[in-house]
Amino acid sequence: MIPLLLIVFYIITNGISSLSWTFLTEIPTPVGEKGGGIANAMVGSFLLVIIAGIPSIPLGIAAGVYLSEHKKSKLAYWGRLATEVLQGTPSIVIGIMAYLWLVVPMGGFSALSGGIALGIMMLPMIIRTTEETLNLVPDSLKEASLALGVPYYRTILRVILPAGLSGIMTGVLISVARIAGETAPLLFTALGNAFMNWNIMKPVNSLPVLIYNYATSPYPEWHRVAWGASCVLVVFVLTLNLVVRIITRRWKVQF
Amino acid sequence: MANLLVDKTDALKRYPGQRRESAFQKTIFLSALAVVVLLGGIFVSLFLYSLPSISAFGLSFLFGKTWDPVARTFGALPFLVGTLLTSFFALLISVPFSLAISIFTGEYFREGILSAFLKNVTELLAGIPSIIYGFWALFVLAPVVRNLQTEIGSFPYGVGIFTASLILSVMIIPYAASIGREVIGLVPSDVKEAAYSLGATRQEVVTKVVLPYARSGIMAGILLALGRALGETMAVTMVIGNSSLLPRSLFSPGNTMASVIANEFTEATGRLYLSSLIEIGLLLFLVTMTINIMGKYIIKQLTVEG
Repeated sequence: MIPLLLIVFYIITNGISSLSWTFLTEIPTPVGEKGGGIANAMVGSFLLVIIAGIPSIPLGIAAGVYLSEHKKSKLAYWGRLATEVLQGTPSIVIGIMAYLWLVVPMGGFSALSGGIALGIMMLPMIIRTTEETLNLVPDSLKEASLALGVPYYRTILRVILPAGLSGIMTGVLISVARIAGETAPLLFTALGNAFMNWNIMKPVNSLPVLIYNYATSPYPEWHRVAWGASCVLVVFVLTLNLVVRIITRRWKVQF
Repeated sequence: MANLLVDKTDALKRYPGQRRESAFQKTIFLSALAVVVLLGGIFVSLFLYSLPSISAFGLSFLFGKTWDPVARTFGALPFLVGTLLTSFFALLISVPFSLAISIFTGEYFREGILSAFLKNVTELLAGIPSIIYGFWALFVLAPVVRNLQTEIGSFPYGVGIFTASLILSVMIIPYAASIGREVIGLVPSDVKEAAYSLGATRQEVVTKVVLPYARSGIMAGILLALGRALGETMAVTMVIGNSSLLPRSLFSPGNTMASVIANEFTEATGRLYLSSLIEIGLLLFLVTMTINIMGKYIIKQLTVEG
């Protein structure tokens, strides 16, 4: 346990010294020049998470609803199995898939392909938390709604999903925290970029890829930038996790 | 329940908004189907793209010792050995620690501040990105290992299989410990109470009753941790040294299946090179899938029993 805490401590003490306002708002400078920041990587990570979330969150929630509503069906069995396998799939393999399916046909590395790769990684987590949360919502709630003559789809959308909202939110936030730190699938999809970029069809930089490139480079100034970026990333991920903890404690799904 | 209620009986078919109803049903059905199709698609396309290398090398791909992109000879043995070595040693180092943590939080101190603190910290640490671990290992662990290597007189690489195993073991401890805690928590209390009533001490209860009872669950936890160690890419890539030769000792640099893909995929020129890397990906996918399904299956059996 102690080495684990030491790691966090080490990252934060090393990183905090390189943090400043310009560090967060400027793009990196070439080797040898002073200053420079990680703004482009933060924008890139933000873009990637958005691209990942747009298809994955609705798809994951819908699939989770199916799994919890049709517990015994054959598709639910296979769906559950597929979710488990997908969750255990190494992230690098997902990266290969995004490369074959998106980078090759589109003819170049892009933020879009990186985002989709991250989306695939998000999917199993969202499905599982949705399914588990909805299983906790008692049948009586649904039966009451149906007995009042509310159509089935409205029952699900307006009664069951809101009842499990905090659980589903937790799943979404945890999965965001996880993909925000994912590097392997981005190496050959979003690639990395030394400049600011808002165009999703072009390569973008992201915090983890920046850390990887700068940490393995031979220049001390770049290492300093990488420490700062690690600090930002760790603080972001830990904060998200803490928020999740507070949500689950406050609005626990309980009946 | 749900099936019964939404069965397409005549009564239900007549209410207003029925079209939306079936659209909704279709949407959630298709979403669930999409996940299955996605997984199938991953498998099929990995297989299709690795066909060139499968047909060129066949089984010798698994046993070939040389990985030489220039000569177009691809044998994955160095990476298989590298993966096995790092994962095995990582498990060897981490199992005692994670077992101790899980016995501590699952049996001795189930409630209380210390246990809650440990539990929360383990869970938070499990969320730290692997790149951070790799970065830390590269700058803190590697120099330590380099000094150690000078002490014992081997060539001071600093990076290599040993360093990779160390950082991997640190990374899988939280994961293995939380599974272990759950499994130990599943041991029914009447079994333990029976042992206590026979005059067993607490230590005897733990070693002779709880651990044997939870044995298969602990095995499953180790399997799942192994699955994670096998697929771990970034932390390993940064500290393993990236050499495509068969590793000679525990301290020599090597490469794992995941790290070779991460390193060489963007540089892979030529169909055969790319397809060999994809075949490694396919192998990795199949191995982790098998291990994960086995581990989850054992845990499911246990939960049903308990």
